[in-house]
Amino acid sequence: MLGTPALSARTAVVDAAAAGGAASYAWLMIALPLLGAAVLLLAGRRSDAWGHWLGVLASAGSFVVGLLVVLQLIGLEPDERVLSLHLFTWLPVGDLTVNAGLQLDPLSMSFVMLVTFVGTLIHVYSVAYMEHDVDRRRFFAYLNLFVAAMLLLVLADSYAVLFVGWEGVGLASYLLIGFWNHRTDYAVAAKKAFVMNRVGDVGLLLAMMMMFAAFGAVDFQGVFAGAAGASQGMLTVVGLLLLLAACGKSAQFPLQAWLGDAMAGPTPVSALIHAATMVTAGVYLVVRSGPIFEGAPGAQLAVVVVGAITLLFGAIVGMAKDDIKKVLAASTMSQIGYMMLAAGLGPVGAAFAILHLITHGFFKAGLFLGAGSVMHAMDDEVDMRRFGGLGKYMKVTWLTFAAGWLAIIGFPGLSGFWSKDLIIEAAFVGEGWRPWVFGTVALLAAGLTAFYMSRLFFMTFHGEERWAPTSEGKKQRPHESPALMTVPMVILAVGSVGLGAALVVGDTFTSWLEPAVGAVEHHDPVIPIPVIMGATIVLMALGVFLAWRQYGASTVPVEAPRGSVLTRAARQDLYQDAVNEGVFMRPGQYLTRALVYGDSAVVDGAVMGLARGTSGMGGWLRRLQTGYIRSYAAIMLVGVVAALVVVLAARG
Amino acid sequence: MQTISDLPWLSILIVVPLVAAALIWLVPALQRVARTVGLVVSLLVLAGFVVMATGFDFGAAAEHQLTEQASWIPQLGVSYAVGVNGLGLALVGLSVFLVPVALLAAWREQEVVPEGAVVARRQAGFVALVLALEATMVAVFSARDVFLFYVVFEAMLIPVYFLIGSYGGPRRRYAAFKFLIYSLASGLIMLVGVIALGILGPGGPDGFLVDTLAGAELGVWQERWIFISFFIAFAVKAPMWPVHTWLPDAAQQASPGTSALLVGVLDKVGTFGMLALCLPLFPEASRWAAPVIIVLAVISVLYGALVALGQRDIMRLVAFTSVSHFGFIVLGIYVREEVALTGAMLYMVAHGVSTAALFLISGFLTQRGGTQQIAAYGGMQRVTPVLAGTWLVAGLATLSLPGLSGFVPEYLVLLGTFRVNIVAAAFAVLAVIAAALYILLPYQRMFTGPRNESLAALPDLGAREKWVVAPLVAAMLALGFVPGPVIDVLRPVAQEAAIEQPSSLDTATGAGPDGSSDAAAAVAEGSEK
Repeated sequence: MLGTPALSARTAVVDAAAAGGAASYAWLMIALPLLGAAVLLLAGRRSDAWGHWLGVLASAGSFVVGLLVVLQLIGLEPDERVLSLHLFTWLPVGDLTVNAGLQLDPLSMSFVMLVTFVGTLIHVYSVAYMEHDVDRRRFFAYLNLFVAAMLLLVLADSYAVLFVGWEGVGLASYLLIGFWNHRTDYAVAAKKAFVMNRVGDVGLLLAMMMMFAAFGAVDFQGVFAGAAGASQGMLTVVGLLLLLAACGKSAQFPLQAWLGDAMAGPTPVSALIHAATMVTAGVYLVVRSGPIFEGAPGAQLAVVVVGAITLLFGAIVGMAKDDIKKVLAASTMSQIGYMMLAAGLGPVGAAFAILHLITHGFFKAGLFLGAGSVMHAMDDEVDMRRFGGLGKYMKVTWLTFAAGWLAIIGFPGLSGFWSKDLIIEAAFVGEGWRPWVFGTVALLAAGLTAFYMSRLFFMTFHGEERWAPTSEGKKQRPHESPALMTVPMVILAVGSVGLGAALVVGDTFTSWLEPAVGAVEHHDPVIPIPVIMGATIVLMALGVFLAWRQYGASTVPVEAPRGSVLTRAARQDLYQDAVNEGVFMRPGQYLTRALVYGDSAVVDGAVMGLARGTSGMGGWLRRLQTGYIRSYAAIMLVGVVAALVVVLAARG
Repeated sequence: MQTISDLPWLSILIVVPLVAAALIWLVPALQRVARTVGLVVSLLVLAGFVVMATGFDFGAAAEHQLTEQASWIPQLGVSYAVGVNGLGLALVGLSVFLVPVALLAAWREQEVVPEGAVVARRQAGFVALVLALEATMVAVFSARDVFLFYVVFEAMLIPVYFLIGSYGGPRRRYAAFKFLIYSLASGLIMLVGVIALGILGPGGPDGFLVDTLAGAELGVWQERWIFISFFIAFAVKAPMWPVHTWLPDAAQQASPGTSALLVGVLDKVGTFGMLALCLPLFPEASRWAAPVIIVLAVISVLYGALVALGQRDIMRLVAFTSVSHFGFIVLGIYVREEVALTGAMLYMVAHGVSTAALFLISGFLTQRGGTQQIAAYGGMQRVTPVLAGTWLVAGLATLSLPGLSGFVPEYLVLLGTFRVNIVAAAFAVLAVIAAALYILLPYQRMFTGPRNESLAALPDLGAREKWVVAPLVAAMLALGFVPGPVIDVLRPVAQEAAIEQPSSLDTATGAGPDGSSDAAAAVAEGSEK
C-alpha cells in the first residue's frame, strides 16, 4: 500500500494476479484481437472465406473477458477496485524501468466496455457492409488491430505503455482511413491524420521527458506521487503538453483539421474510431492525468478553453456541411469539445466528461452506422442535398437514426440529455467570468447541435426526394439494409435511448468511477439548475424548429446556395487547411527544398571542392578516378608502414 | 575437455569467412556454387556466434570477455588483441545476422552482368567480398588494440569500395570514388592520431592496447588534438552533418545488399569508435568537445530528416533518414547520460535491422520496376501487397512507431537527453514529425493512388524474398516488444560511459520565471526516499 497523499493515489492499488479471477487474465483482452489481426494478416487469401468471423469472434472474446473483469470489480469494495496486473519488464533501464502492466479500474474498464461492446457491434455490421470488398479480410485485420491498440491505451498503467497504444491506434486509424487508398485523396487524408497526430504525440513525448526528468518515473503511480510535491509551474507545463497530445488525438483546436478528411475511411471505421472510441482518447488522457491537472489551474483553464473553442468550431462547421459524414465528423469534434470542457473543470466535471463520452459513443456510433446504411442504400452517395424522403423506404434506419438524433440533441429523457445537461450545469460552476463565458458557450452549443443534427435528419429522411442517378446512370432504388447491419443499429439505438438514464439515475456511474477519478464535488452553478435546464430545452426546441422550417417544410435546393460569409467559411472548415498550409506546409516545403539544394551545392560542394583543391592530392585522385583503384590498397599499406616507421623512430 | 569459452571464438569468426572468401575467389570449382557456399558459411558463422554467446557472462557485460591476446609487433607495442563487451557482442551479432540475410537478398542480383563478364565469376566476386567484409566487421567490433583497430578500420574499406564500384548502378564509379576520398582523407587524419598516441603513450610491448592507453597521461591539448583526429574519422563514417554527403551517393549507386550492410552495420563503426575508443582514451577531451558535438548531432537529426523529405530517389531518401538516426545515436552518446547511452547503443542495433530491411525491400521493388525514382511508381499496394506491407513495417520501425525496433532506442535517447540537456532534446524531438512524413510520403507515392499500368503485372515477393524479410520483421517486432535482453547486455556498458551531471530541470528552472527549482529539488529528494 502506498504512503502517498490522497491526491496521487486515490485508492490503494491491488495486485490483480493475487486477486485472481478474470483480472489475472486481463491481458487476454488485448491478446485476443491482436492474435486475430496477426492471423488474418499472415494467413492471407486463405482466410478470406472465414476471416471476418474470426475478427468478430476476437472482438467479442475481449468483451467477454472485459465483462468478467467488470463483474469482479463490482464484487469488490469500492476502495479496492483499482487492480494492477504486472506482465513483464518492458524497459529494464535502471532509473527508467518501465513495466508492461495493466491497470484495471473503473475508468479503464468503462472504456473497455465501450470499446469492446460498440466495437463488436461494428464488427458485425462490417461483415455485411464490406461484403463486396475484395479486401474485407484485411479490413477486419485492421479493425482487430485497432481494438487491441485501443485497449492497450486505456489499460496501460504507465504513460510509456499508454503511448504504445496511443500510436497503435494512430496506425490503425491511418490504415483504415486509407483503406481505399487507390484514391489518392484518401491516401493523403490518411497521411494527414497520422502526421497531425504526430504533432500531438510530440506533446506526449515531451510530457514524458518532463515527468522522467522531474519525477524519475513515467508510470501513473510514480508520476502522480511526484506530482503531489511538484511546483505549479512544472505541472502546468506537463499539463499543457498533455493537452497538446489530447488535441491531436481528439481533433481539438488547433489540431482538428484531420478529422473531416478522415471520413475517407469506410463508414464503420468512422463509427468506431473517429466517433465512438479513438478520438475520445484525448479526454481519457486528461481525466487519467487528473492529479497533474489538479495542481495546474492554468493548464486546466487551457483545457476548458480548447474544449469551448472546439465545441463552437465543430458546431459552426456542422451547420454548413452537406456531406452527411462530414456533418457527423464536425459534430464529433464539437461533442468532444463538451467532454474536454468538462474534463478541464476538474473533479466537478471529469466524471461527466466520461459519462458523456460513453453515451456519445453509443449514439454517435449509431448515427454513423445509420449514415452508412443510407449510403449503402443510395449507391455511396454522401451529399445530403441528394437525399430526402428516405424515411419511408428504410424504416429501421429511420427509427434508429431518430433515436440517435434525439439523443444527441438532448431530448429530455434520452441518453444525451442526461450527460450533456450535467456538463452544461458544471460549466456554470465557478467564480468570476468563467462560469458565465463557458456556461453560455455550452448552452449555446446545445442549440446549435439541435439545429445541425435536425438539418441532417430532415434533409436525409424527410422532404422531397432529390436523388441523383447512380454511378451507372440508373435510378436510385433505396432499400433497407440486411439484418447484420440493422441489428447493431437497433442495439445502439436502445443504448441511445436508455443508457443515460440507467447510468445517471441514482448516480450509478459517478459513484462507480469514484475510485479512479475522485468524488464529484458538489457546487452550485451561478444560475439555478432549473433555469439552465429550461434554457437548454428551449434552445434545443428552437434549433429543431428552425431546421424544420428550412429543411423539413421547405424545398431544399439541390445545388448549395452561395450563402453568407460565415456559411462559406464554415463549408471550408473555417479555412483551417488554408491556415495550416500557409503557416506550416509551404514554409516547410521551401525549407526542405532549400536544404536539398544546399546539401548538394554548398555542403557537398565545399567538401568535394576542398578535396579537389588540395594540390598534393589532386594528381593522386585523378589517377585513382581513372582506374588505378588498387592504389588505394597501396596508400593504406604505405600509411601503415609509415606509421610503424614513425613510431619506431620516435621510440628509438 | 575444453569449455566453450576456451576456444578462440572471435578469431574463428574472423578467419572462417575470410578463408571462405579467399577460396571462393581462387577456386574456380567453387565459383559456380559461390552463392550457396557463401550462404552456408555465413549461416555457420551465425551459428558459431550463437554458441560463442552462450560462453559470454551476461552478468558482467561491461567487461571485455572472450578475449585473446598475442604479441604482433612487440617492438612497437602492437598486439593482436580481441574481446567484446556487451556492445561489441551486440554489434558482432548484428553483423553476422545481417550477412546471410543480405546474401540471400542479393541471390539473383548478378544474373544479368555487363558484357564480357561471366555470371559465375561476378557472383563469386560479390560473395567473396561480402564474406571478406564480414570478417573485417567482426574484427573491428572486437579489436582491443588501437593499431589493430586502425588497420581493420582501413582494410574494411577495400571490400566496400569494390562492392560499390563494381556491383552498383550507372554512376557507381563516382560514388565509390567519393566514398574513397572521404575514407582516405579521414583515415589519414586518424593515422596521424594513432601515430601520436604511439609516440606519446606509455609504450611497452603492449603499448597500443586500449586498456594500456586508457590510463595514459596526455597533455591537455595533446589529448584534444588526438581526439579530434579520431573523431573526424568516426564522424565521416557515422556519418554526421556536414561530412555525410558520400552516403547518399553510395547508397544510391550500391546494390541494395551492399547498402544494407554499409549503412546497417559498417557505419556503426563510427559510433562504435566514439564509444569504444574516444570515451575511454580521451575522457577529458570528450567532455570538452561534447557541447559542439551535441549541436552537430542535433543538426544531423533535423537536417537528415528534412533533406530526406526532398529526395526523389528512394535509396537516397533512406540514406538521409540514416543521417538523422545517426544524429540521435551521437546525441545519446555525448550527453553522457545512462538512459540516453543505453538508448544510443540499442539504436545502433535497431537501426541496423530496420534500415537493412528498408534498403532490401526497396531493392526488391526497384529491381522489379527498373528504377529508383519514387515518382515512377504508384498504387503498388494493389500489385505487390506483401512487398508493400513489409515495406510499411520497415518504414514504421524507421519512424519509431512503438512496438517496432525504432521506438525504444529513440525514446530512451530523448528521455535521457532531456534530463541533462532540455534544448537538445526539445529540438531533436521535432524529428518525430518529420519522420512520419519522410516515410509516409514515399509510401503514399509508391504504393497508393491509382495503379501505374505499366507496372501492373509485376510479381509480389517470392519465397526467397519472404525468407529475407521474415527474420528482419521478427527482429523488429522482438526489439519493439521485448528489448529487455538486449538492453541488459548494453546497460552495464552505458553505466561505465555515463558521467554524473546535474539535472537540467534544476539549472533551467532555477533561471526560469516560475522559480520552481526548489520544488524540483524537493521532488528529487522525495524520489530518493
